[in-house]
Amino acid sequence: MTFEVVMAGFGGQGVMLMGQILAYAGMVHGKQVSWMPSYGPEMRGGTANCTVIVADEAVGSPVVAHPYAVVALNRPSLDKFESAVRPGGVLIYNESLISTPPTRSDIKVVAVAANQIADELGNVKVANMVALGALLEVTDLVPMECIIAALKKALPAHRQDMLAVNLAAIERGKQAAVIP
Amino acid sequence: MSERVLMKGNEAIAEAAIQAGCRFFFGYPITPQNELPEYMSRRMPQVEGTFLQAESEVAAINMVYGAAGAGARVMTSSSSPGISLKQEGISYLAGAELPAVIVNIVRGGPGLGSIQPSQGAYFQAVKGGGHGDYRLLVLAPANLQEAVDLVTEAFDLADLYRNPVLILGDGLLGQMMEPVEFRKLPSRELPPKTWATTGMRHHPHKNIINSLVLDAPGLEKHILHLQEKYARMNLHEQRAKSLHCADAEVVIVAYGSTARIAKTAVMSLRQSGLKVGLFRPVTLWPFPVNTLSELVPKVKAFLTVEMNAGQMVEDVKLAVNGARPVHFYGRMGGMVPTPEEISSECVRVLGGVR
Repeated sequence: MTFEVVMAGFGGQGVMLMGQILAYAGMVHGKQVSWMPSYGPEMRGGTANCTVIVADEAVGSPVVAHPYAVVALNRPSLDKFESAVRPGGVLIYNESLISTPPTRSDIKVVAVAANQIADELGNVKVANMVALGALLEVTDLVPMECIIAALKKALPAHRQDMLAVNLAAIERGKQAAVIP
Repeated sequence: MSERVLMKGNEAIAEAAIQAGCRFFFGYPITPQNELPEYMSRRMPQVEGTFLQAESEVAAINMVYGAAGAGARVMTSSSSPGISLKQEGISYLAGAELPAVIVNIVRGGPGLGSIQPSQGAYFQAVKGGGHGDYRLLVLAPANLQEAVDLVTEAFDLADLYRNPVLILGDGLLGQMMEPVEFRKLPSRELPPKTWATTGMRHHPHKNIINSLVLDAPGLEKHILHLQEKYARMNLHEQRAKSLHCADAEVVIVAYGSTARIAKTAVMSLRQSGLKVGLFRPVTLWPFPVNTLSELVPKVKAFLTVEMNAGQMVEDVKLAVNGARPVHFYGRMGGMVPTPEEISSECVRVLGGVR
């Protein structure tokens, strides 16, 4: 099986890191993985996105037109990628920043208040991890122990104290992921 | 370091060079390869190497000339417009027979073009680029593990043939992350660098590194010597990978990141029962003529897919030599073909051969 995930948001929301954690976790899980960033001439405050592929076979194209899942952390990202989700796929959106819900009915749409939950945890920077938790809950892409291993690898030595709040954010995201 | 790590292509190439003993890096920034010099700037001091951001690409390539002349393992990297600026120095390296590894993470052109992936530098890489009758050994990885392995080998090949080796990637390979492992590869037996200018305390006679030969018979003799060397490279270094070619009616020919996208297309066409294969040159020069021409009698048509307006397709046509139709599909300017596009192009070609 091949699962493609596009993660998108404002620059600074941590979509690149979120993607790297998922890719790293996939690798730890023994899957074939790739991570590909958008690297266009984006302005500050503009949108950024990355594509992560977790597969059983070697990854072919690292970019896809119709991913299995999209995680949209802001409104422009939802506008750009809602129509791209493959029928039967998954769309996670950040309802803290997106007031008008998606309209697709042929995919699993999951709302998660990523910023609000991150705020409650005392660090709005972990909103990306809340959204990642929601994705993991809905898709079963990789087991939690692989995510923990990936976080330990991805966090630099002087940021290891952030592990607990990141894990808490993922847990809260998992709990919050309800299919309406 | 033998565990698998998730790395960006640019960083993986840099680490592979360090592990291959590269201790000098001279470069000048340009997207989409900036992570490579950035990584070098961090790593070189840790291994007592030298990282230098030169004042220009021209300066950087001539610093490569100097370090290579002194027998060091040296690398430079850039992207299309920067590599164009380096062409004079690359020609000098080839003329003076200096081993060096040059990385081109290609972006859209001509001109400053775009920063998105492209394969528009194929002609420049394999047909010269600089002036004179010279060749580079050109290696085209399609995934990051292969990039790591080929960079490791590139330093050996450069030393073995006393010739610059070019790693031809593109923005996709430079920017993406994949798991890689830095493994020990069987190393070649390499001749000692008795020609290097290391000072007369180290060698009894004067060593001179030079590409200027004013006397015409002398220069012709030197060029003939180079041609003999290129013939040896052509004989020993052609490399390609084939997938599902044994019973294929149509074979896609693609290299680098286009080949991995084509592979996705081949796998899905095979699932629909279509007899399609993939031939992937790993060396672009020498072009793998021998293995490609073996396919000619078994195949009904070829489809070359590139991220350019049709460059490698000329070498495919030379290898096929008119015996079979050679079709072309290309995207340009930073547009990356999708597996679906390649599939439908393949189906169109298949329809024509039935």
